[in-house]
Amino acid sequence: MISASALTKRYPEGRAALKNVSFEISAGEMVFITGHSGAGKSTLFKLLAAIERPTSGSIVVNGQNLAALRRSAIPYLRRNFGLIFQDQKLLFDRSVLDNVLLPLAIIGLPSREAVRRARAALDKVGLLERENARPIALSGGEQQRLAIARAVVNRPAILLADEPTANLDAESASDILEIFRAFHQVGVTTVIATHDAEWMSRLAPRILQLEKGQIQNQQSGTASAVMTP
Amino acid sequence: MNILLAQHLAALRDALRRLVASPLNTTLSLLVIGIALTLPTAGWVILDNLREVTRGASNVQQISIFLALDAGKRDIGEIESRLRDAKAGTWRFIARDEALKRLQSTEGMAEVVASLPKNPLPDAFVVEPSDAQPETLERLAKTFAGWPKVAHVQLDSAWVKRFDAFLRIGKLVVTLLAGLFASALVAVTFNTIRLQILAQYAEIEVTKLIGATDAFIRRPFHYFGALQGALGGLLAALLVAAGVRLLAVPVADLAALYGGSFSLHGLSLKHTAMLAMAGALLGWLGAQISVAIHLRRIG
Repeated sequence: MISASALTKRYPEGRAALKNVSFEISAGEMVFITGHSGAGKSTLFKLLAAIERPTSGSIVVNGQNLAALRRSAIPYLRRNFGLIFQDQKLLFDRSVLDNVLLPLAIIGLPSREAVRRARAALDKVGLLERENARPIALSGGEQQRLAIARAVVNRPAILLADEPTANLDAESASDILEIFRAFHQVGVTTVIATHDAEWMSRLAPRILQLEKGQIQNQQSGTASAVMTP
Repeated sequence: MNILLAQHLAALRDALRRLVASPLNTTLSLLVIGIALTLPTAGWVILDNLREVTRGASNVQQISIFLALDAGKRDIGEIESRLRDAKAGTWRFIARDEALKRLQSTEGMAEVVASLPKNPLPDAFVVEPSDAQPETLERLAKTFAGWPKVAHVQLDSAWVKRFDAFLRIGKLVVTLLAGLFASALVAVTFNTIRLQILAQYAEIEVTKLIGATDAFIRRPFHYFGALQGALGGLLAALLVAAGVRLLAVPVADLAALYGGSFSLHGLSLKHTAMLAMAGALLGWLGAQISVAIHLRRIG
């Protein structure tokens, strides 16, 4: 489903954020990308989501090479993804429900069907009673759950998350974890960039450990936790 | 197809919502656009009315043909038959004696005429051409001048030509004005859309990240620009109509002083629609330029 080979990303100032990274992720897998801050996790997330293009190498998602993708094809590629951002990127000028409706408006779903689906997504993350609230009125954990609801309302095949538990207390992080586990269990390919060691011990996923822009360690999903300092 | 239609409707709704959401901004933009469109439109209406004036004046356009003093009856008959062949329009023959009598009846001229030893006036034809275009008149006058025993041809079209030249300049000025103010409309829309894009930076960024096409993001802005332009056009039509209404009575009075009857006419429904359409097109253009420039910078 996702295949990267010899992936390199160099920023204009000369620093190589990723160096010669290769990996494969098959459909339905849950993969954690770990490493210190600055190890290249966020860069990899941006390359996977076609927010940035690699300097060299290839990254193929669903048979499409993102490195060579036409600009006009990117929106359609993104619709295969549920993206969850470190800063959530919620829209604070509209209600919780309207935030979740946004991806459905983009694909042009009729509004009755869209509202039904948005409510279902909000129900999955436990925010159904808050649909008329403004995101600003939600707690940090609730905001992250709202971001997840918006990411999954489209029923994407791939869930991509960048540091979804950063700035969350342990309890909220644990809720988020359970939500990801539930999506993984229904077959959604889940890729999460995180530096949070707590996660790994709980889910025992496959781990790609990045260090200074290179893959340091690959662990298969059945392995026990790898502790990152 | 249905999806596209629904998305267009949604974009239109979104644009309307934005127009209504900031009444002060909307009012100010509409005023600027409306006034910008009013000036060339008013110029056009004035020219259109002036053209009407000359159309009325052209109907009494005349060419006078003065024959040589020694022209006889046969020469007069020759000219008459030539005029008939030329199908130049209607004409009247004024014999020299009749002309003298007329001159005598003019106030203050009787004594002058009486002091003359003999009738100095020639026989004359007054032609009213059916086609009163300045070029046609000119051509006819030349033809008449070449006929035998014609001493002098007088064409009273000099002022018509001047007026025509004036109208042409007026037309040019109005066209230039229209171009200038059209650019102003585009610029105003460009700026309005720029501010909106800045205000909705987060929304645009997020929509792009979750799979919106450029067309999806641009659509509400296009509708906004077109709507604002169309409303500005209607406002301009309204202002011009008000101006025409205010001027109608004084103009009619003025015309009456010159012994004519003339009523000022404003914009027809068709022209109002065209004005709104032009506003919409220009607004759309301004929005298009603005989104093309500013959306590229996002994502």
